[in-house]
Amino acid sequence: MTGTQHLLSVADLGPQGIAEVLHVAEAFAEVERRSMPKVPTLRGKVVATLFFEESTRTRLSFETAAKRLSADVLSLAVASSSVKKGESLRDTVETVEAMGIDAIIIRHSSAGAPHQVARWVERAHVVNAGDGWHEHPTQALLDCFTVRQVLAERKGAAPDELGISCFEDLRVLIVGDVRHSRVARSEVLAYTALGAHVTLAAPGSLLPPSLEGWPVEVATDLDTALADADVVSLLRLQAERGSGSFVPSLREYTAGWGLTARRAERLADHAIVTHPGPMVRGVEIASDVADLPCTVVTQQVANGIAVRMAILFLLLGGELPGIAEVPAVA
Amino acid sequence: MPEPTLVVRGGSVVGPAGLARADVAVAGVDIVAVAASIDAPTGALVLDATGCLVGPGLVDLHTHLRQPGREEAETIETGARAAALGGFTAIVAMPNTEPPIDSAGVASEVLALGLGCMAEVSVAGAITVGRAGQALAPLAELAALGVALFTDDGAGVQDGALMRRALDYAKGLGVTLAQHCEDAGLAAGGAMHEGDWSSRLGIPGMPAAAEEAMVARDIALSRLTGAPVHFLHMSTAGSVDLIRRAKEEGLAVTAEAAPHHMLLTHALVAGYDPVFKVNPPLRTDEDVAAVIAGLCDGTIDAIATDHAPHAPESKDLPFNEAPPGMLGLQTALPIAWEVLSPRIGPERIFALLSTQPAVIAKLTSTDPHGAGHSAQGGPVEAGAPANLCVFDPGATTVVDPAGLASRSRNTPYAGRTFAGAVRHTVLRGEPVVIDATAQR
Amino acid sequence: MAERERSHTRPLGGVFVAHSQVLTSSDVLRALTRMAHEVVERNGGVDDVVLVGLQTGGVPLATKMAEILRQIEAVDTLAVGSLDVAFYRDDIGLRPVLPEAVTDIPVDLAGKVVVLVDDVLFTGRTIRAALNALNDFGRAKSIQLAVMVDRGHRELPIRPDFVGKNLPTRREEMVDVGEDGVWIGSLEDK
Repeated sequence: MTGTQHLLSVADLGPQGIAEVLHVAEAFAEVERRSMPKVPTLRGKVVATLFFEESTRTRLSFETAAKRLSADVLSLAVASSSVKKGESLRDTVETVEAMGIDAIIIRHSSAGAPHQVARWVERAHVVNAGDGWHEHPTQALLDCFTVRQVLAERKGAAPDELGISCFEDLRVLIVGDVRHSRVARSEVLAYTALGAHVTLAAPGSLLPPSLEGWPVEVATDLDTALADADVVSLLRLQAERGSGSFVPSLREYTAGWGLTARRAERLADHAIVTHPGPMVRGVEIASDVADLPCTVVTQQVANGIAVRMAILFLLLGGELPGIAEVPAVA
Repeated sequence: MPEPTLVVRGGSVVGPAGLARADVAVAGVDIVAVAASIDAPTGALVLDATGCLVGPGLVDLHTHLRQPGREEAETIETGARAAALGGFTAIVAMPNTEPPIDSAGVASEVLALGLGCMAEVSVAGAITVGRAGQALAPLAELAALGVALFTDDGAGVQDGALMRRALDYAKGLGVTLAQHCEDAGLAAGGAMHEGDWSSRLGIPGMPAAAEEAMVARDIALSRLTGAPVHFLHMSTAGSVDLIRRAKEEGLAVTAEAAPHHMLLTHALVAGYDPVFKVNPPLRTDEDVAAVIAGLCDGTIDAIATDHAPHAPESKDLPFNEAPPGMLGLQTALPIAWEVLSPRIGPERIFALLSTQPAVIAKLTSTDPHGAGHSAQGGPVEAGAPANLCVFDPGATTVVDPAGLASRSRNTPYAGRTFAGAVRHTVLRGEPVVIDATAQR
Repeated sequence: MAERERSHTRPLGGVFVAHSQVLTSSDVLRALTRMAHEVVERNGGVDDVVLVGLQTGGVPLATKMAEILRQIEAVDTLAVGSLDVAFYRDDIGLRPVLPEAVTDIPVDLAGKVVVLVDDVLFTGRTIRAALNALNDFGRAKSIQLAVMVDRGHRELPIRPDFVGKNLPTRREEMVDVGEDGVWIGSLEDK
């Protein structure tokens, strides 16, 4: 294997890559259950988190994952207010790499920032922790992992036994601000790669300007789509990305697109409800619906660490199948 | 006939009607003869133009020279050198410098800095003070310096009433207003063309409607006021259609298109390389085809480079934050040749790159700004100033960013090869480029 | 399958081609029975004994040995666990390595006598990784090592307590312990 591998987009993985990540994450989920949930696997490696957008949850999840692998963690929480506009991202990254970093976990408000960083670094592995509206690969992966876990529990089987066949023809409904959502884009790529059927439901102003080439359907009636769904993925209304002005009011959004208690009754008995967090109770999901057993948000959070451990292990210690290398710029 | 000091030998002279095999003799600053075979006296410089087209020096209506204010990206001198290497003998400097060219003082400074450069530098003034779109700039004062073209380029004039007033005023002065058509509300936050690629890549987009809305508005204003309007960098099929219909109606509108809008599409943004970020953005295959068709059928009058240098550190920013703009002076003619020569003759290509821009920028008579400026745009005939572009269709242009004369490196064509290359450029009788090498 | 050494792990893999048989499956069962008796003798019974099979070759051996021990000591239960050492290897980053199978240690190992069971002992690096891993499950009273085949070529100071067969081999050979006995062979590309 030549060149450096990165995780920039779920599309890079393909079904085999996703299967491998889920398989390895299963082993790390077992590690998580031990009284001493730590393995020496990445001892001596240094992982840096570069978060240009504030996100305590995701950053902590990645840092915990790295620490559980015994890696050293450098955390540069560069909140956007403290970074001068125009300060060179390239300079920051090259300085960080010169300090001997093995992996850079980057979250940025601009789509494609991780791709640019991957072109500038020579040996560090780049993990996309969310780039603008574009993608959030580890979130989609942990959603798949959680769904498989729930399906396996119900069958009384071990998740690894299900492999990825459990996703074949699964009906996934993604509801909410798809236009501005990196979670939505990654989920569409991940679920469709695994053979699931994905439907989008959103107010017209919150769908992307063009769905050409997207392997999805668009639901005309949310309530019917809810009844048909095996998995409902709720997205947050992204006020900080300006989506507040795309709907007349939060109240109107909830009335038309929120998972209210009344709508939750339409869900099939076996439906699973996911949410990337943080939930805004009362907007996209009613408070009591958030606490129903079918809503697996806390499981998602716990699984996030195992999935991120798997990604770090595969990038720094192993090999991610199917990843294309990003050529360095001259 | 005075003794020639320079003979351009063996080429085909591009005239309005077509090509003619002829040598061109230059004495001092003027062409003294264009004939089948001219003897060069001893001491005269002979430029070999075998297999080449010898046309009027190219004229760029739309160049960003960055001086004053952003000299790390380009200076008037380096921009003029890049222009000469691209076959241009005249360039019009856009006013979005720092400070902007919205006063006689800054205009004079730029004109003065341009004297003695490797291409003649003219200046476009801003329409509004500070290009802020609020109050009219002193158009008459600038016109008195010879400024014939005004634009707030970089932004469009958002306020319809203000634009109408500006057109009425400009008409009285005999100058032309040029518009960068971009409805700020519709385009807000956009970094690329809004369409299937922007949706896939998660980059905020600028819909074609943002350009077309202002094209439609200014066509209506031209109809209302009777004033001429020149449309900068037309990039969408819709815009080309609007211009075509306006011309059919007989309105005084002219339009230009940039080489990158004849060739590149938004699919190139897939790698998130900000070198492909430009405003107006790269658009769809259909838009590119419409721009080419507009250039071929006369809807679009001129090719203008919109040469926009940016220092490497600013193009190293994340895509959404990087400034838009691409280099263009050294690649304009090869690209035009490659895209258009299968469809139209060389005389039409030189018309798009030299004659017609010279007319729009009012550079066709001697000394429009005073000393140091000559008539541009041809024709290549005895008595005319010797501003020549010698182009070899049989050579190739290989684009190497490090080898460009510009201070900046942001060319989207790095590593590409185009058929045809500029061999010599003659500016007021002086060979400033010989065998693709700058002479100063 | 045979060894866990770096060139043989997923996803590079390869196919084992057998050349000659060293032990039949009955030989293996006899050796396992003898080793079980040695475990009892050494530890004065099976109180506090936990068998841990190394994934994947050691697991069936550990299971079988546990069955034998239950018979000879007449006990109903004997704790058996399985351990995948992928995350404890010392060659991570040099070679692609993926965990093969489940790690399941069903009891707290503090104060227990752990008998690590593996099919083939070679360089000793896998056992070293296993020792590191076991540390994380509690401080065992002692750790003993039972292997079906010791093929030599140690790179670390590791020695087995209970051995099925000592088998001198060449470095490039491969040893496979399976249902049909113990074979020497080579690894071919798929």
